[in-house]
Amino acid sequence: MKDHSYDNRKYILSGFVILVLITYIIQIYNLQVSDNDYKSKADSNAFYKKTIYPARGQMYDRNGKLVVYNSPSYDITFVPREIKEVDTVELCKALDITLDEFNTRMERVKDKRYNPGYSTYTEQDFMTLLSGEEFARFQEKMFRFPGFYVRKRSIREYNYDVAGVLLGDIGEVSQKVLDKDPYYKQGDYIGLQGIEASYEDVLRGEKGTEVLLRDARGRIQGKYMNGALDTAAVRGKDITLSLDIELQALGERLMENKIGSIVAIEPSTGEILCMVSAPSYDPSLLSGRKRGKNHKELALDKNKPLLNRAIMGTYPPGSTFKTSQAAVFLQEGIVTPRTSFPCSEGFVLNKFRLGCHPHSSPISLAPAIATSCNAYFCWGLHRMFASEKYSGTKEAMNKWRDYMVSMGFGYRLGVDLPGEVRGMIPNADYYTRHYSNYWRAVTVISISIGQGEVTLTPLQIANLGATIANRGTYITPHIVKAIDGDTIRSEFKTPKKTMVDANVYEEIIKGMRLAVTEGTCYAADIPGLDVCGKTGTAQNKGKDHSAFMGFAPRNNPKIAIAVYVENGGFGAEYGVPIGALLMEKYINGTLSEESEKKAEKIQKRKIYYGKEER
Amino acid sequence: MEKRRGNIFARIDWFTVVLFLTLAVMGWLAICGASHSYIETSFLEFFNQSEKSGKQALWIGISLVTGLILLSIKKDTYRDLSGLIYIAAIAIGILTIFIAKDIKGSHSWISLGPFSIQPAEFMKFATTLMLASYVGRREFNINNRNDIIRSIAIIMLPMIVIVAQNETGSALVYLSLFIVLYREGMTGIFLLMAVSAVVYFVVGIKYDAVMFDNLPMNVGPYAVTVLIQIFSTAMVKFWCKNDKTFLVLAITNIAGTLLSYWIAVYLIEFNIMIIQYLLLMFNAVYMLLRIRLNKEKRNLWIALYLLGSVVFYNSCEYVMHNVLKPHQKVRIEVLLGLKDDLSGVGYNVHQSKIAIGSGGLIGKGFLNGTQTKLKYVPEQDTDFIFCTIGEEQGFLGSAFILILFVVFILRLIALAERQNSAFGRAYGYALASIFFFHFAINIGMVIGFVPVIGIPLPFFSYGGSSFLGFSILLFTFLRIDADREVTRV
Repeated sequence: MKDHSYDNRKYILSGFVILVLITYIIQIYNLQVSDNDYKSKADSNAFYKKTIYPARGQMYDRNGKLVVYNSPSYDITFVPREIKEVDTVELCKALDITLDEFNTRMERVKDKRYNPGYSTYTEQDFMTLLSGEEFARFQEKMFRFPGFYVRKRSIREYNYDVAGVLLGDIGEVSQKVLDKDPYYKQGDYIGLQGIEASYEDVLRGEKGTEVLLRDARGRIQGKYMNGALDTAAVRGKDITLSLDIELQALGERLMENKIGSIVAIEPSTGEILCMVSAPSYDPSLLSGRKRGKNHKELALDKNKPLLNRAIMGTYPPGSTFKTSQAAVFLQEGIVTPRTSFPCSEGFVLNKFRLGCHPHSSPISLAPAIATSCNAYFCWGLHRMFASEKYSGTKEAMNKWRDYMVSMGFGYRLGVDLPGEVRGMIPNADYYTRHYSNYWRAVTVISISIGQGEVTLTPLQIANLGATIANRGTYITPHIVKAIDGDTIRSEFKTPKKTMVDANVYEEIIKGMRLAVTEGTCYAADIPGLDVCGKTGTAQNKGKDHSAFMGFAPRNNPKIAIAVYVENGGFGAEYGVPIGALLMEKYINGTLSEESEKKAEKIQKRKIYYGKEER
Repeated sequence: MEKRRGNIFARIDWFTVVLFLTLAVMGWLAICGASHSYIETSFLEFFNQSEKSGKQALWIGISLVTGLILLSIKKDTYRDLSGLIYIAAIAIGILTIFIAKDIKGSHSWISLGPFSIQPAEFMKFATTLMLASYVGRREFNINNRNDIIRSIAIIMLPMIVIVAQNETGSALVYLSLFIVLYREGMTGIFLLMAVSAVVYFVVGIKYDAVMFDNLPMNVGPYAVTVLIQIFSTAMVKFWCKNDKTFLVLAITNIAGTLLSYWIAVYLIEFNIMIIQYLLLMFNAVYMLLRIRLNKEKRNLWIALYLLGSVVFYNSCEYVMHNVLKPHQKVRIEVLLGLKDDLSGVGYNVHQSKIAIGSGGLIGKGFLNGTQTKLKYVPEQDTDFIFCTIGEEQGFLGSAFILILFVVFILRLIALAERQNSAFGRAYGYALASIFFFHFAINIGMVIGFVPVIGIPLPFFSYGGSSFLGFSILLFTFLRIDADREVTRV
């Protein structure tokens, strides 16, 4: 007999089966239709986009000498799951590391703090940037270490041990850049400082890809669609620098044991011929496996060798600035070349006094530049501020500011190097903020001799030299002369004009020439070079900074230069001789025997800077 | 009543046969997709005996022949031989433990010439037959304690043998046979207890650390107390059928829960867990009082169930936090979606979800899957075969297969229900339960709903023993169904 008492249980059971079916269909709907995430995950799973790294562009100096090039290096990687039976002792021998080192490396790879992308299924870096020699030793025995792989990389090599901070370096791309620029992937190299950074997009070339099919063990199963989706890598472009590498080397030699900067510019083109920031370092220190350690040491050095003082250091320009003041006064008609001012060993107005050194008085423009008279320029500014031409102090001040800005001061010049700073040119608002409305010419008088609130970078000082040499125009200074198969940016070709006429500059040049022949710069009077120059002795908290700004020859100038030696004393002490040697070297191609001796002497001179941070 | 007569092929249920053949063909195609390497080959290659698809085709052939043979054996013969088959199967199972080679720690495969066979697959058939024939005895009474204990022993014995072979996953399948006893009248309270225990555990642990937005308390324990109230009140309604008690409890519980929540959120902020526990205590005390007043014995069980639930949940928490080893905890947390451990424990399931998800609505097309072909999914042609379908056939294809499976299972239930004998019905339910268990656990594991328990998807997963085992189960039932006694009107 059939028992019907539990027949309704078939509905409970069937209902449960249908309930499970509905739940499962909802879940596969979620996975397959409403959630697109899984599709892209599948692609990155199965398609192995193998990156083909292009060779990075090389760098030549202005004379075609190879400065920076590439050499191959090798990364050893491993897939954790695949290295079950590796003879650790053998491996350590092949890589020339100790067992302890091996263990710390392994721990480090597995530590998610250092290596957030750790997975036992994918390639992990074990040791990076092995030299060809080191790799060759490992390669012989590589077949004995299943699970270990090699990735070819290239590192930078340098033919000269100079211009470290200028050339810059390459290193692994940071998380910040990764978030911003999709071109880069974890572990890629990128230019970090100097030219490597500012010309990164030219030098890096274009990565290529090969789309390969990869199984779960990372084994390549062949090309996807026979390579139809592959793209070839494009080699990075070679760069010709405007730098004269030998001039650079001489500059760095002369600046040994000193802190400061040298910038030399070709006035007609704006090309930077040398850019020294002292203390300097050998660029090869920041290439290859020792990079991390060396970079740390350089970064901790109290003299800050990683700072490019030529564009990141701001200094009071001191008396080199007087040339720009002369230009303003002449152009505005405040003075004429024949106007003379009294100097009683200083500028004296009522109870105010600003000192000067002994020289003949009264004095006109050219000899005032030659002897670097403070009083002359103070009188000039005083007269300008009192002039009927302007509605008042503020307008005069802002007029003055406009002149300065037109000469490239107070704003970034726009050099093709990262990290340039703008320096400081005050305007009327600035003083009103500080002094309310109670400020007059006397309050700000020291700006006329390049002190007080005014600061410039050494590059801006050199550019002042180039502007004078050009009689009123300059081209934005730049370090790259030519890019292989490409043109440089148009702003590096178009001249900029100051608000001052060419004939005014001729008067200033007279003064600068006089300074060399019978004034403060007599040490720069090299026969046949026709040097024009201006010293600077900038007051600051410690010993005065020694500065020099000049160009040569007087007609058709080939080089304009600025030298700035921190705490070097009078301008004539370091600035003038260093500037003279560099101009001689650049124009004559070599130093005379006598100059060579002088150079050696300066190279050995050491300035003691104490233990404070700079 | 009389036995149906005539040609066996005229009497078998062809609808089931068609469903079976459809599933078998789709399963075979899935294996072609899963085991096929990413190289162009001709279609005939799939029958090559060195390929998995070729081997599977051979096994399908063997199974069909075996099925034909089984169809020629009368229903009564099956019943008469059930004891013998059962004892033989258990004996072989025990023997296997000692003679089988160690494969990843399990001793469940014996090799016969070129083939390897897993006796556990045939023990299912033996146990099903034995259970059906025991339950089908005229003197069997589900309310007799000895009969119940013996039926449970029939189920548990092969389980013990299989656990000894270190195949815990396969052993769990036998639990589904309790459904047969339930259908035959065993009280459902055990099933309900099992289900509610799972629900308490999942809800409680998953939301253990989640805080209410507006109250200073955790969601997990609160949700569990509400669930206990719902379950026990429902039991009063459907098991005791006592409407008065039900009404009192339902109104108290709903009012108490809502009121305390409202007060806590809008008037005075306090931890309303206290109210929930007071409500639960009230439930238990009230039910116990009803026993004295109305002699409702079942209320005692419900009250015990309620208290047991509270104890169970709290001990789950204790075990989770204080007893389990970290790696065991991780496994549970990964399953509940509390943690991603994609390179370790969760790797299989994560990859399997990626493979299925990448199929989209219509799939990548037959043999065009990348995930499965490139072996991202481990065991893709056996336990994770459904990934291949998901990737290559997309949502439409995989939903179709799920529906096909459920139609198949529901058809088996319908066939079981039309049996006149308890033997036939019990066999049919056992069959449906086993298929359902494999289906629910296997698919659930692949889509990340249940833990990774290595059991195959019937007719789809690669493996001769499994295909043959399921075929034997099915064809025997086709014959039993064909031989059923029908009432002529």
